[in-house]
Amino acid sequence: MPKRQPLIFKLVSDRSSRIFLSVLAVVTVLVPLCNLVFPEGSALHVSTYTVTLLGKYLCYALLALAVDLIWGYCGILSLGHGAFFALGGYAMGMYLMRQIGERGVYGHPVLPDFMVFLNWQELPWFWYGFDSFPFAMLMVILVPGILAFLFGWLAFRSRVTGVYLSIITQALTYALMLAFFRNDMGFGGNNGLTDFKDILGYSVQADSTRAVLFIMSAVALALGYLICQAIVKSKLGRVLVGVRDAESRTRFLGYRVEHYKLFVFTVSAVLAGIAGALYVPQVGIINPGEFSPINSIEIIIWVAVGGRGTLYGAVVGAVLVNYGKTYFTGAFPELWLFLLGGLFVVTTLYLPKGVVGLFDRWKKQTDTGAGSPPPPDPADESQARPTKAGAA
Amino acid sequence: MILQTRRILQMVFCLLLVCAVQPAKVLANESLETIVSGIERANFRDKAQRVEQLAALDDERVLPLLKAFLGGDLYVRKSDKILFFLEGSKAEDPITNLFTGASATVENKRLYKKVSVNNAVRKKLRAVIAELQLRSPDYDIRAVAVREMMKASDPLNRPQLLAAMERETDSGIREDLEIAIALIDAQDATDSDRQIAAITRLSGVLYPEVRVVLAGLLEGTTAETIRRGTVEAAARDAMAEIDDLIALNKVVENVYFGISLGSVLLLAAVGLAITFGVMGVINMAHGEMIMLGAYTTFVIQQAFPELIDVSIFIAIPSAFLVSGLVGIAIERGVIRHLYGRPLETLLATFGISLVLQQAVRSIFSPLNQSVSTPSWMSGSLEINGVLSLTYSRLYIIIFSLLVLLALTLLLKKTLFGLQMRAVTQNRRMANSMGIRTGWVDALTFGLGSGIAGIAGVALSQLTNVGPNLGQSYIIDSFLVVVFGGVGNLMGTFLGAMSLGIFNKFLEPFAGAVLAKIAVLVFIILFIQKYPRGMFALKGRSAED
Amino acid sequence: MKTKHIDTPSILYLNGVSVSFDGFKALNSLSLFLEPGELRAIIGPNGAGKTTMMDVITGKTRPDEGEVVFNRDLDLTRYDEAAISNLGIGRKFQKPTVIESLTVFENLELAMAGGRGVFQSLWHALTASQSERIREVLELVDLTERRDVLAGSLSHGQKQWLEIGMLLIQDPEVLLIDEPAAGMTDVETEKTAELFKRLAKKHTLVVVEHDMEFIRALNCKVTVLHEGRVLAEGSLEQVQSNQEVIDVYLGR
Repeated sequence: MPKRQPLIFKLVSDRSSRIFLSVLAVVTVLVPLCNLVFPEGSALHVSTYTVTLLGKYLCYALLALAVDLIWGYCGILSLGHGAFFALGGYAMGMYLMRQIGERGVYGHPVLPDFMVFLNWQELPWFWYGFDSFPFAMLMVILVPGILAFLFGWLAFRSRVTGVYLSIITQALTYALMLAFFRNDMGFGGNNGLTDFKDILGYSVQADSTRAVLFIMSAVALALGYLICQAIVKSKLGRVLVGVRDAESRTRFLGYRVEHYKLFVFTVSAVLAGIAGALYVPQVGIINPGEFSPINSIEIIIWVAVGGRGTLYGAVVGAVLVNYGKTYFTGAFPELWLFLLGGLFVVTTLYLPKGVVGLFDRWKKQTDTGAGSPPPPDPADESQARPTKAGAA
Repeated sequence: MILQTRRILQMVFCLLLVCAVQPAKVLANESLETIVSGIERANFRDKAQRVEQLAALDDERVLPLLKAFLGGDLYVRKSDKILFFLEGSKAEDPITNLFTGASATVENKRLYKKVSVNNAVRKKLRAVIAELQLRSPDYDIRAVAVREMMKASDPLNRPQLLAAMERETDSGIREDLEIAIALIDAQDATDSDRQIAAITRLSGVLYPEVRVVLAGLLEGTTAETIRRGTVEAAARDAMAEIDDLIALNKVVENVYFGISLGSVLLLAAVGLAITFGVMGVINMAHGEMIMLGAYTTFVIQQAFPELIDVSIFIAIPSAFLVSGLVGIAIERGVIRHLYGRPLETLLATFGISLVLQQAVRSIFSPLNQSVSTPSWMSGSLEINGVLSLTYSRLYIIIFSLLVLLALTLLLKKTLFGLQMRAVTQNRRMANSMGIRTGWVDALTFGLGSGIAGIAGVALSQLTNVGPNLGQSYIIDSFLVVVFGGVGNLMGTFLGAMSLGIFNKFLEPFAGAVLAKIAVLVFIILFIQKYPRGMFALKGRSAED
Repeated sequence: MKTKHIDTPSILYLNGVSVSFDGFKALNSLSLFLEPGELRAIIGPNGAGKTTMMDVITGKTRPDEGEVVFNRDLDLTRYDEAAISNLGIGRKFQKPTVIESLTVFENLELAMAGGRGVFQSLWHALTASQSERIREVLELVDLTERRDVLAGSLSHGQKQWLEIGMLLIQDPEVLLIDEPAAGMTDVETEKTAELFKRLAKKHTLVVVEHDMEFIRALNCKVTVLHEGRVLAEGSLEQVQSNQEVIDVYLGR
């Protein structure tokens, strides 16, 4: 392809991409640096707790990106994307469980504690191979990818669209949740997988490991962003928009809509799986609660708040909403669900393009020199994001 | 119903009989008091005789006295030699004067002496009690007595049972008597012809003890028989027939459970069938409308604690109003602005559901509240030895059908229903014909929500009432509506019932959770094949 | 009648096509025969089955019975919309449907004949000749100045033109056009009729229209549909003087 070189330039040609990637790069360098270099008590020190928290936000941001790719660009509202996130997380969790080895409570060399507890004699077949990191990483990609491919192949081929698709994706994650709650499934039942010791030989508790995981999350987010950008900036992206705006028109133009949907759905699921895999070692646990339908719907609200149909909007939304969640569940736990609920209503009624849309509108107004009054605060918040997140 | 009238007739008949017999008994010139006087000092043989004398009396005090005697609870007060039935041995335990029937509590147990009993007397007592019960004019006492004799299956009772057969006029009790006799004969190896006839008689009888006896025969725990092979074969046949019947009843039971689960699903989903099916609004707060209904029931029970049995009838309209009004508020405040944008409606109503959940959590508590069940809803209807239908489920089934019926009538036969259908089919035309479409929208949504509230009343009788009550039903409800075919109440009904029955039939093989998963997977696959449900509308209007 | 047609070359041939929706017969054993390069106008009252006929040809609706033969031997009932489009049948909807969040240029780019696969799209880059072709079509449909405007912000008439442009750039053998003149000014209508007549040499055009002036301007064979079947066929004058047609249009 003679145009390969320009394509990569094209990915970062717009200003928002450049700003987004620069901010991400600065955060990626500064946060671990401030955590590791400056001693505790120093004004510039960033606590490990904050590093982990921010790392978590980055994983959520990648997840939001994945959802935005299908919802914002292709109009597929998946209410089950938490399932792919959780599956990626479980694949990583299984690797981490196998790494515990004899250090478990029961000291069994192979079987994880919960299997010993359930009196199992040998490792179930699907746990084989997870002691190898490359294999586990392959599964992080393949398991969500294959599930999404099969599910999407069935659903899109028979033209299940709109709310019907939303409802069956929700049923999918609900069914998986029920399944993973069962002890017999062999994934630790209720308690899930936890008590991880180390990853690739490094303790998951160590500050340096946390910093590396943080950096990995940031890199994954950046790569995910570039992949999504490559998709939406190509003609493929325009076909997706065509599917979103006028599905049958696109079909009558000769595009196999189901193939396009299947492609982005699978890509999106894989991104979600990777986000889950990075999330698990940082929070130290994965349990069936991650499959719960409400989690999947929450992802949607991140994207909606940020502004669907813009990739950086999804990231902004994920960070904003989750920062709000961290803050309010700590300070005013009673208030949080009221706020989150209100956010759903307000966003759908008054902010169809999210915070980013608000910001754009404000910018347009100032650009035309209308001398209009200052914008409502959500836009301010989006500008203030890095400092706020840093203070958390 | 028929059973009851028969019972009343029976009682009248027996009373007449008793009246006729009365004079003869008076001639005996002996009273209960004279027979029992000094019983505490009598030897066991004397006691057995007195028991027999007592049995010949026609005195309603005899039976409780004999029962107390058999149970070793017969005491005599040392001071005045009056007999008492003493339950338990602690102070404050109840005590009943067997002469007057008056109840009191034990002041001091030392003041009483136990009337001793040995095995011979016990045996006599048992026979006499059984005899008395079998003769009792009261249908219930006779029925229970026969059942007890079936359980005892004592060869000594055989003559009594035969005698009772002669007298008995009620066909149900006669049948039970036959079975009781057959049970005794079936274990009696001395007369193998009779044994085989008895076994044949037992074939297809669902009382658990019948199966136990037949199983015993097959295992050879009973004595050797001359024509053992034949007996065994007969027992095997009878057993097979019983097992078939049990299996059949199991199926009936599963269908019943399935229908009752289906009714719950129907109740939960039928409101959604209106908001989603008729209006095309995805109301994720539908589950919370159910929850509000359940909480309304709770509040009303708290307000009228003495009216538990009837408060449910106050709760039904109240829940309809509460959920309906909240629904109207939601429609006017939010959904109105989002028509034609189903995905946005889904998100906004989900937000509302979070707010409502948290509101309930803040107002009441995050914990489950206990809602009591009216007494008339507990208990069960016994069909036969292995099948009984619990009343609560039965009422839910009836209730859900009534709701569906009322709703169908409302949609088909009233002006509001007509306007509603007009608005959903052609909004602009309806508007220009003078129908206030906004108002119809609000009322329709209120109706759907109100019905969810009624479902909440019913569910409060079955499950825990907590802030998450709605969450557990919302996905199921959606699946029922989608499975049945959107915009079609009949589809919702059939969808709910078939999913309920499907689920209950899977449960024995797969367990509750796996069955549920299987149903979910089934629906996911079903929707692939029939994206518009079982009863889809076809044509251009359905395709948008 | 039918047998006579079989020998002459046909580009599109509907034979006894029936479609029913819940008992309502939208198409009732409809037969239609189109020669290559023909321009055909289809008229008929509401509910006559015009749109359903297009749905059947383009694979959106499967007929209950009957066959749809394209290019003499391809049975269209066995293909789906995308495949039929790629075989060379383009369609313009009754309501102008363009992709509103894409620019006029991007709409044309998507419609441009070429690879339709997912990965072809991912690595796609416009060649100079393709850009040139888009420029030509923009010129033709008079949207050159609006090429970078979002299609959603076009006027109704402009959307009609854009959709026609998308149809042209797809370069299909058969063009099915549903009510092209709706929302156009008289001048535009005239221009559209001229364009269609010009296109008819190279392509086969089927135009569904209510506007009799427009049909008169097309000056072509007219088919009248009624209750899912062909009521009359011939020149505009012929069908207008047909008593059955008058009955249907004026009501008995």
